[in-house]
Amino acid sequence: MSFYECLQALPRAQLQMSLYNATAADVESALLGCQGDLSGLLALLSPAAEPYLERMAQQAAGLTRQRFGRNIGMYLPMYVSNLCANECDYCGFSMSNKIKRKVLNHRELEAEMAVIKSQGFDSILIVSGEHETKVGIDYFASMIPDVKRQFSYVAMEVQPLKESEYHDLVELGLDAVMLYQETYNPITYQAHHTRGKKQDFQYRLESPERIARAGVDKIGLGVLLGLDDWRLDALLMGHHLDYLEKQFWRTRYSISLPRLRPCVGGIAPKVELTDRGLVQLICAFRLFNAELEISLSTRESTSLRDNLLGLGITQMSAGSSTQPGGYVSPDTELDQFEISDDRSAEEVANVMKSRGFVPVWKDWERGWRPTLSD
Amino acid sequence: MLKIADTVFDSRLFTGTGKYACANTMLAAIEASRSQLVTMAMKRLDFHSGSDDILRPLQGSNIKLLPNTSGARNAQEAVFVAELAREVLGTHWIKLEIHPDPKYLMPDPIETLKAAETLCNKGYVVLPYVHADPVLCRRLEEVGCAAVMPLGSPIGSNQGLATETFLKIIIDQAKVPVVVDAGIGTPSQAMQAMELGADAVLVNTAIASSADPILMARCFAEAVDTGRSAYLAGLGKVSAVAQHTSPQQAPLTAFLD
Repeated sequence: MSFYECLQALPRAQLQMSLYNATAADVESALLGCQGDLSGLLALLSPAAEPYLERMAQQAAGLTRQRFGRNIGMYLPMYVSNLCANECDYCGFSMSNKIKRKVLNHRELEAEMAVIKSQGFDSILIVSGEHETKVGIDYFASMIPDVKRQFSYVAMEVQPLKESEYHDLVELGLDAVMLYQETYNPITYQAHHTRGKKQDFQYRLESPERIARAGVDKIGLGVLLGLDDWRLDALLMGHHLDYLEKQFWRTRYSISLPRLRPCVGGIAPKVELTDRGLVQLICAFRLFNAELEISLSTRESTSLRDNLLGLGITQMSAGSSTQPGGYVSPDTELDQFEISDDRSAEEVANVMKSRGFVPVWKDWERGWRPTLSD
Repeated sequence: MLKIADTVFDSRLFTGTGKYACANTMLAAIEASRSQLVTMAMKRLDFHSGSDDILRPLQGSNIKLLPNTSGARNAQEAVFVAELAREVLGTHWIKLEIHPDPKYLMPDPIETLKAAETLCNKGYVVLPYVHADPVLCRRLEEVGCAAVMPLGSPIGSNQGLATETFLKIIIDQAKVPVVVDAGIGTPSQAMQAMELGADAVLVNTAIASSADPILMARCFAEAVDTGRSAYLAGLGKVSAVAQHTSPQQAPLTAFLD
């Protein structure tokens, strides 16, 4: 049974009611241990957990330290294209937006990678808009060998692909795929995705299953917090994670918790997620899943990012640009969204060290898994 | 209700046929245990004399027979025993046991996986007896085993759930029934396995070698029922002696104020 069928079978209204009817006793019980327990996750995501935030944070910090030590994995997104055949009302890349469109060619890619390398990164996230014909499997297959030659760990965040295509990219050196469902509410989803292949809720939802079957090492899930009721979306992401962990136990999982940010022609969040709410989310997921990787982008502010260190975050980007070619020519006219923390990677790393954390640049030896790129 | 392959069981206590003083006691004990699945070693059956004292009485009852491959030292031997069992007993159910080590009778994970794959492909309902190894259990599930039977401690040792930590992981992960097999020496240990969420337990030595096997069989039946009910009712969580209401460390969320 695919997760699409599981999601259809879930009593959405009932879950939402349970979220808002959870009691202090439910939260207290979850705080006694709720690893792998979806009802515990529900309690910790509920409004009833808000008064327990400090206790959640203490426990989440302890679990994170026990599992990950003081390490924070450093990665950087490399935007390779802002071409997009979708219309998504929260995203600056939407096809109707009058922005300059660009796809990095081989020479431009090499130049971007040189800048990124010089900052110390060895883990990279290839990001593109979703344009299957111009920036599709052929483009990715032609560039990943070049990227893999320079970076030990190669992740991508692009349109969903076919299982055979993921398989081919794994052979070329792809390690991880980030693919965010944005929202688990199909009605909200349809309202925000009004044109293009991204309209297909089911195909996107079932993508992690294809990715896992293709043998990708790590899968990143995410919801765009603010599109819908974030508590329910986060809970359903927990269900998704639980499903995937049970079905595909060889795969590692990470989550991202991006909040809706202002962008060109974009919308305001329907349900605002406060800083306090974001902390609750991070801690709830840590208490639910001690091994889960949680990544935090530069969408969040400098001071918030610094204070979130240790609460559950395991991966961080720093010094990011969200436009193709942005590391070589850092202007911001093509940005997908606004960056809130614009410190350099070095500055962020220094803050980590001063707070007792270890920025980890290299965490994988590519020689262990030879690829066709070698 | 417990379902393995296409068969539903009311009782979650499986038993065996070995170590009894006589066939009558064995039958009475099995009856007292209310068990509906009873394992027997194919190597013990006497096919030639036509007067097998284990098999004959059981064949007349409603109890499902689960032949086992005890004595097999590798996959090839185990597959042979399974085929023999199908031929002689007319069942395609097989408890796969491969122990090349005669001292502790530890199951061989590599040969077990090989034999399980072969037997599943041939259409057998395979219940493999294995160490409490979560990855091995997943691999066995992947090749098509109908259940997994991780051990609690060395077979016949009555040491209880020495592997509790790993049994919990297996129970958490398994998509097929988990039957804790081997090492359960007391009704309280059987109850503990059921409280953890095991789908069933297999107990033989503790019943058969008791001074009063019939009474002990009844005790195990009650313990298994109680353990299962407690699991379904939902056990309370264990907490530290006192819950700190205020943290001892510097607050981590003060920056939000």
